[in-house]
Amino acid sequence: MIQIENIKKSFGDKTVLHDISAEFLPGKCNLIIGTSGSGKTVLMKLLVGLFTPDNGKILYSGADMVTMDREERKQLRQQIGMLFQGSALFDSMTVEQNVMFPLDMFTNDSFEQKRKRVNEVLERVNLKDTNKKFPAEISGGMKKRVGIARAIVLNPKFLFCDEPNSGLDPQTSMVIDRLIKELTVEFNTTTVINTHDMNSVMEIGDNILYMVKGYKQWVGTNKDIIFSKDEQLNEFIFASEFLQDAKNMRMLEAEGKIPNQ
Amino acid sequence: MPLIEHIGSYIITMKGMFARPENKKMYWKEFMHQCVEIGIGSLPIVLIISVFLGAVMTVQTAYQLVSNLIPPSTIAVVVRDSMLLELSPTVISIVLAGVVGSKIASELGNMRISEQIDALEIMGVNTKTYLILPKILASFITVPMLISLSILISIWGGRFVGDLTGIIDSQTYDQGLMKEFNGFNVTVSMVKALTFATILSSVSAYFGYNVKGGALEIGRSSTLAVVVSCILILLADYIITLLLLQP
Repeated sequence: MIQIENIKKSFGDKTVLHDISAEFLPGKCNLIIGTSGSGKTVLMKLLVGLFTPDNGKILYSGADMVTMDREERKQLRQQIGMLFQGSALFDSMTVEQNVMFPLDMFTNDSFEQKRKRVNEVLERVNLKDTNKKFPAEISGGMKKRVGIARAIVLNPKFLFCDEPNSGLDPQTSMVIDRLIKELTVEFNTTTVINTHDMNSVMEIGDNILYMVKGYKQWVGTNKDIIFSKDEQLNEFIFASEFLQDAKNMRMLEAEGKIPNQ
Repeated sequence: MPLIEHIGSYIITMKGMFARPENKKMYWKEFMHQCVEIGIGSLPIVLIISVFLGAVMTVQTAYQLVSNLIPPSTIAVVVRDSMLLELSPTVISIVLAGVVGSKIASELGNMRISEQIDALEIMGVNTKTYLILPKILASFITVPMLISLSILISIWGGRFVGDLTGIIDSQTYDQGLMKEFNGFNVTVSMVKALTFATILSSVSAYFGYNVKGGALEIGRSSTLAVVVSCILILLADYIITLLLLQP
């Protein structure tokens, strides 16, 4: 489990995170949602240690990342996997070399053992016959899956995904969402996903943190969202008429009436 | 960013390189890869420039030595010492600042913008040690080798052109090469080569590693890396010459 307590972060005079406290649960897809500029990317960068908070604690299974020394932080980072928005694959390496990189760096396994593990994870993310291809030769969805394979190859306890669906079509987005969900449950990882894709919110949002202008606005599940009375959250989630209609239908089914009617 | 901030940031970046490698084998692999990239990759341009440097130097020296009192073998002496002390180390380093320096800056800049450096950081890899140190060490090893090769090739180029054009025959040229040779000149040349290698690789790595923004910034930082490297190489050239060769 990851807990954050009273996190504050400023850049110069501008405070981007105000006293945020939250819990990210193991075996669940924990979503951080919010409009652009709400501070969700900064929060994720704080969680993975790319930024340091001005104030507060980031507890990984009870151990505060902020006060860890270099060696402890290095150990912790080996338990973290991350999928980046642009996949962040190494251009000069093949798919196989990309996925093998963490194994090369942090294990003493033989080449055959490493190759076996790489094939296992590539198969797990439904990628076959791509081992020798370079990132430039595969599609956006495949890059994301290679990114996921690289993130899980060391069996991380914590998985972070920054905008996993950006630049993908709805069908491929759903495949990626389901894959992340399956892996989270299968390996009991604490998965934190930064997104503003409403399909993801409804599909895999086990624990949702909604942020507005650097403040924690709302916490709940994808089921709670439908019945949420928070106006800002409703505006954000049901921004399109289509989604508003979908919400009304769900409300009609659940409560026999449409709100405000 | 003001100059003083750049200097401070450069020192911090360089200081951060000195950490225990996570896996020595991987670092060795990266070091060897960089040796090939920098050393072998720059070989053709270094060879071509060196041949022409020697050739031009021979023709130009002959043109300027108009007195019959000066023996023709002096041409070879001038070519040898010019190549050894100044032309090969400085010109080749400036060319390498363009070829290798811009490559280092754009490669690291691209890795920064596309979050590849962040990905390595999150894995627990010390990115300064893994990405910058092998490049500087590889330059430290291969640039003096390239400059040594350049000295030899340029002297050969001068000999070849001297013979071809009839300015100076090979025998006289060889005699000139043996005349009044001072071994200390080789030391000066290698001091320059090592200093310039460190400047061109570390400055380029600094600008590339600390890129902020988008694709446009990669180009800007790459250009800045080359310009700053060239200025610092010329400044270091002057200081080394002043310190080691002042009569």
